[in-house]
Amino acid sequence: MNRISTKTSENIMRFFCLLASVISIISVAMICFFLFANGWPAISQVGFVQFFTGTVWQPSAGEYGILPMICATGAVTGLAILTGFPAGVLCAVYLVYECPKKMYGFFHGAILLMAGIPSVVYGFFGLTTLVPFIRNTFGGRGMSLLAAGVLLGFMILPTVASISLTSIQAVGQEIYDGSRALGSSHEKSIFHSVLPAARGGILAALILGLGRAAGETMAVMMVAGNQPVMPAGLLEGVRTLTSNIAMEMGYAAGLQREALIATGAVLLLIILLINLLLSVYERKGKMV
Amino acid sequence: MNNKMNIQNVDLYYGKFQALKNISLDIPENEITALIGPSGCGKSTLLKCLNRMNDLVPGCRVEGSLLLDGQNIPDLPDVDLLRKRVGMVFQKPNPFDMSIYDNVAYGPRTHGIRSRKQLDAIVEQSLRDAALWDEVHDRLSKSALSLSGGQQQRLCIARAIAVSPEVLLMDEPTSALDPISTAKIEELCQALKKKYTIVIVTHNMQQAVRISDNTAFFLLGELVESGKTEQIFSDPKDQRTEDYITGRFG
Amino acid sequence: MKSETVLQPVSENSPNDAGSLKNTSKSRRARDLQSRFLRFLTYGFAMLTFSLLLYMIMDIVIRGIPGLKPSLFSWTYNSKNVSLMPALINTLYMVLFSLLLSIPLSVGCAIFLVEFSKPKSRFSEVILMAVQTLSGVPSIVFGLFGSIFFVRFCHLGLSLTSGALTMVMMVLPLGIKTTQEALREVPASRREASYGLGAGKVRTIFRIVLPGAMPGILNGIVLSTGRIIGESAALIFTAGTLAKAAPDLLSSARTLAVHMYALSSEGLYIQQTYSTALVLLAVTIALNAASGLAGRLMKRKNDHE
Repeated sequence: MNRISTKTSENIMRFFCLLASVISIISVAMICFFLFANGWPAISQVGFVQFFTGTVWQPSAGEYGILPMICATGAVTGLAILTGFPAGVLCAVYLVYECPKKMYGFFHGAILLMAGIPSVVYGFFGLTTLVPFIRNTFGGRGMSLLAAGVLLGFMILPTVASISLTSIQAVGQEIYDGSRALGSSHEKSIFHSVLPAARGGILAALILGLGRAAGETMAVMMVAGNQPVMPAGLLEGVRTLTSNIAMEMGYAAGLQREALIATGAVLLLIILLINLLLSVYERKGKMV
Repeated sequence: MNNKMNIQNVDLYYGKFQALKNISLDIPENEITALIGPSGCGKSTLLKCLNRMNDLVPGCRVEGSLLLDGQNIPDLPDVDLLRKRVGMVFQKPNPFDMSIYDNVAYGPRTHGIRSRKQLDAIVEQSLRDAALWDEVHDRLSKSALSLSGGQQQRLCIARAIAVSPEVLLMDEPTSALDPISTAKIEELCQALKKKYTIVIVTHNMQQAVRISDNTAFFLLGELVESGKTEQIFSDPKDQRTEDYITGRFG
Repeated sequence: MKSETVLQPVSENSPNDAGSLKNTSKSRRARDLQSRFLRFLTYGFAMLTFSLLLYMIMDIVIRGIPGLKPSLFSWTYNSKNVSLMPALINTLYMVLFSLLLSIPLSVGCAIFLVEFSKPKSRFSEVILMAVQTLSGVPSIVFGLFGSIFFVRFCHLGLSLTSGALTMVMMVLPLGIKTTQEALREVPASRREASYGLGAGKVRTIFRIVLPGAMPGILNGIVLSTGRIIGESAALIFTAGTLAKAAPDLLSSARTLAVHMYALSSEGLYIQQTYSTALVLLAVTIALNAASGLAGRLMKRKNDHE
């Protein structure tokens, strides 16, 4: 074999791999650039304050206020965390400490499956099952903040559960044994010793779930009712930032289109902040 | 007897830490040189410098000269060719996840041998030299990972000699093996030194006595003493060597 | 700490899964109120979750099966048969096209991170941060970007190409992370052995590292496939909603998930929507099984040391 060629082929390979690596950086930069650059004109035309604090979104009347959508995203995400986060952590606890050994593969597979089911399928299930259930039980039209929040909670559950699972498994037997040796019960040992020891990963799961919930579009759009008004109650319809984009992007033009891109830019900003929170938190965790 | 390798005034640093201090040692051709000493004394580090496996360690810097047939190893332009000339057997058997045949043929193929006939001959010869042929000749296409630990290590030796190296470096090749496999490898070393120059790192002083012609004793990055094995073990010049080989520390 | 949103059995570090933590004695059940309450909570939520999942699957299966008629799989779509076949074909195109680009890119990036860059170098930190950020970007934002950049700026229109390029960006972090982890799982001693025989870096990567990491890489591909098949928000505004098998790369193509959304929002074809959901669900389950298999294979392959 030609001796010089090994060095050359290594350099070619390094170059290609470098190129592939740079794609991710370029992608992030382009997404940010194009969204912010295309969204900014709308924000400045509508007026910064008006855009962020206006409570009316009525493109036909030239009203572009996204405060209702920001509040709705906050409310839906909060509700999703409220339902999905504890359930996810408890599922992880169940998998590690309670479920019969033979069933572990099955239940773990179920969690992985939940993570893989497309959001339209969740949305459709919500539409055909959850919405009528809410309508019949609590009244109202069913398509509501409550439906969106609960459905989202179910959807972020596998994310929360599998990250919690990894961190609970990483805690190790000693902590549990130590607590049992002091006479604490099985349950108290898990909740007072193991879970606090795994709090790093569980908190990361919370933040990731937050990002997931805030960014979910289709399922929310299918069950939330999508009225662009301030959230007025659990049984009222709401429109999130994501569904605002998805609802109108198909036919929007001109200022409305730009206002939708601006909505996307706001959503991206929120997600980037959540990401930043996570990476700062992880960096702090590494130092300890 | 010629010296295959000469190590002259070698200092080695990992970042700021100095792992080897002013080492000078000659490696005679077609003999076995054993490097002994307690863990962390730098003997494996020195071994890795001899085929520049230390290049893979970030922050590792070598000063002084390491000569192979009079050429300075760190200055050789082609590290791959160097590693073909100076083969290595590692502490733990590390066969590739391939068939036995492909494991042995990996090196020759790397260096451009494609003809099936030629490869067959090399594989057979290498496995015979590594005293493994009789045990595996009827299952060459089976996975190398199905072999026992001792067989795996002999396969790694066969793999190393398949590229017909001049020097064979062995980094505690028996530390992960049972006594019977160890005995086989030691026997093998005696046979191999007729063709190759061998440098072996070992923790096991009995092993050094049994198989080596020359011994070098390292302590905390320094070469304390080196010489003929009989002399080192019967009449050490340095008190620290005596303490070590009589088991007072280490 | 684990931080990926990706769920993958490969990354499990305990050898026997949760089994390692399961030898806890539960023989003497605690009787105090707090312990009983905690136990009730754990069992209750776990059972609720799994029964909900089971209910959802059964609901879709039971109501979906009656609609699985040959007409649902006709080669062309019309409002009478509501065939999902064109959408299925488009989904296949979309997956193949996206993977064709995303696999070399993500494998290349992972190789760079694991084999070429110095660990903890500033540059690899920046790459990792970009990958992390990209993995958190919501799909609707990808869709928005795709419609601004690929559809309009690059004049690709609502097309298979726009959709696939958007999908590449979306699944890139998934592919990079799974591949990176798979490469790391190949024992360093095998690389050393290869270098020790005088093999160069390229040969070592192609002959030793990539074959060893193959099941993990496959798992990444399977997971990426799942993401592409399940995606709707990002595709509606990039690949469009034309319910016809795309004749070329520049024509609009409705994938199965988008098709499912379109059906359910029209609200006219509940039966067919259920059946479409069933097909989507079946594909998801099959992919999940494949991913699990790849994970086990990966473990077996590199567990020998």
